Amino acid sequence: MSGPATSLAARTSRSHTAPKLAASDPPWLRRAVLGVAVFAVLAFLVAPLAVLFAEALRKGLLAYFASFTDPAAWHAITLTLTVAAIVVPLNAVFGVAAAWCVTRFRFTGRSLLLTLLDLPFAVSPVVAGLLYVLLFGAHGWFADFLDEHDIQIVFALPGIVLATTFVTLPFVARELIPLMEQQGDDEEYAALTLGASGWQMFRHVTLPNIKWGLFHGIVLCNARAMGEFGAVSVVSGHIRNQTNTLPLHIEILYNEYNFAAAFAIASLLALLAIVSLLAKTYIEWRAERNAA
Amino acid sequence: MSRRILPGFGLSLGFTTAYLGVLVLLPIAALLAAAAGAGWDDFLRATTGNRALLAYALSFGASALAALAAVALGFPIAWALARYQFPGRRLMDALIDLPFALPTAVAGLALTALYTKDGWFGSALEPLGVKVAFTRLGVFVALTFIALPFVVRTLQPVIEELDGEAEEASASLGASRLTTLRRVVLPTLRPALVTAFAMAFARGVGEYGSIVFISGNLPNRTEIAPLLIVTKLEQYDYAGAASIGALMLALSFIFLLAINLLQRRAKS
Repeated sequence: MSGPATSLAARTSRSHTAPKLAASDPPWLRRAVLGVAVFAVLAFLVAPLAVLFAEALRKGLLAYFASFTDPAAWHAITLTLTVAAIVVPLNAVFGVAAAWCVTRFRFTGRSLLLTLLDLPFAVSPVVAGLLYVLLFGAHGWFADFLDEHDIQIVFALPGIVLATTFVTLPFVARELIPLMEQQGDDEEYAALTLGASGWQMFRHVTLPNIKWGLFHGIVLCNARAMGEFGAVSVVSGHIRNQTNTLPLHIEILYNEYNFAAAFAIASLLALLAIVSLLAKTYIEWRAERNAA
Repeated sequence: MSRRILPGFGLSLGFTTAYLGVLVLLPIAALLAAAAGAGWDDFLRATTGNRALLAYALSFGASALAALAAVALGFPIAWALARYQFPGRRLMDALIDLPFALPTAVAGLALTALYTKDGWFGSALEPLGVKVAFTRLGVFVALTFIALPFVVRTLQPVIEELDGEAEEASASLGASRLTTLRRVVLPTLRPALVTAFAMAFARGVGEYGSIVFISGNLPNRTEIAPLLIVTKLEQYDYAGAASIGALMLALSFIFLLAINLLQRRAKS
């Protein structure tokens, strides 16, 4: 797995031995370690977040809210929400299906499948966008067919959806695989033995067991889907009021030296990131409490 | 292991394979075909030109340095989160994932605002002769931001699982705390440190959104490898874009396999 251990399974299966062992570090070392940690978090994480809101509100609340009355901004918001509304459910269903076959069965090609599943996290977002430009663009394999039927994929909504689906593809699956591996299949066998149908087993045993992991993955998938820049930038064509998502709109405003509006839109996405982190933390807390 | 009584094998495997086939395999085949179609000479020209080589050097160099910086900063963070109780610990823990949740373009914009000459950090650094925004140092800063959570989230669970008994034994045999950390703790953490570095490095090489704002994108100076592809596409040079894309895809694949190997070795 090329992603870090951010899955719910990794975040909640930890033993909490912290206080007992803390005593072994001498006070000066403790201070030094905490000092570096606090410095790094302030300089690299808190400051960027704070400067966004400071810049966005520099000219006052009125100017801030005026940035959102621009029709192009509204269009970007609608497009971003539309893309997420298509991509997140798709990848959630895929994640459940992939986790089910990978954790409950052993078959040839399983490790190849797992590698393919990780690939979108390893590939540069720009390469991800390029893939779809080459496949569906003017020189792609399907160019003639698409032309004949007047179907536009690249530089249109379908291209943005495809590229976003690609870059967020592993989130839910990567969340559920370690979780379902850890839970094992005993409860599912018990349900079947007691006469449950496959669907009943899934609804009443599997789904409740993976609920928090599924939410956790959906939150991360959604945050990335709404914020993806590189891949969408390559396939979108940057057509104002047509293919501009929020992150692309920020770039356009910035390049036009319309900094106040750029930071206003950016602060909206920063708010989304904060909400995602809060939701994620809440889910981890709930899952930990359920496990205890 | 294969007690195939559980239902849904065919359905879930079929759906998974079809989904991955259409969304991952087919586009990759198109990329490889386009790169092959370019011919060997054009492939070499696109991938080994002077401008391209300088862009690779920047992407690899800055990613490696940023991954090192992220390990240097992330190790203390992971240690503090795993071992210490302090006010604000949960908040710090939640904030670590910010670079995952914050859109890269937004991060790039924020970092640029911080480090331009009127910015909070830029106004303090520029009188000292340190220019960050629109220089290679800016690329390094953006990549460090991106790399930080990879390092913390890789190290944190490993530190939490550390066997405190080995440390206690070392202390009771008279070793100072520093000796214990160096001789007992650090060797156990080495595989995790290497994995964290590799993940941060691999992510850095492909990173785009957080860099393009702060780097200024000057050809031969602050141009990163992914930007080469964007430039080729803007010039309608699809063969050139496909060539560089295929090269970067091959690299990602190698990194992915290397990281999987590192993780497997770390577990055993």
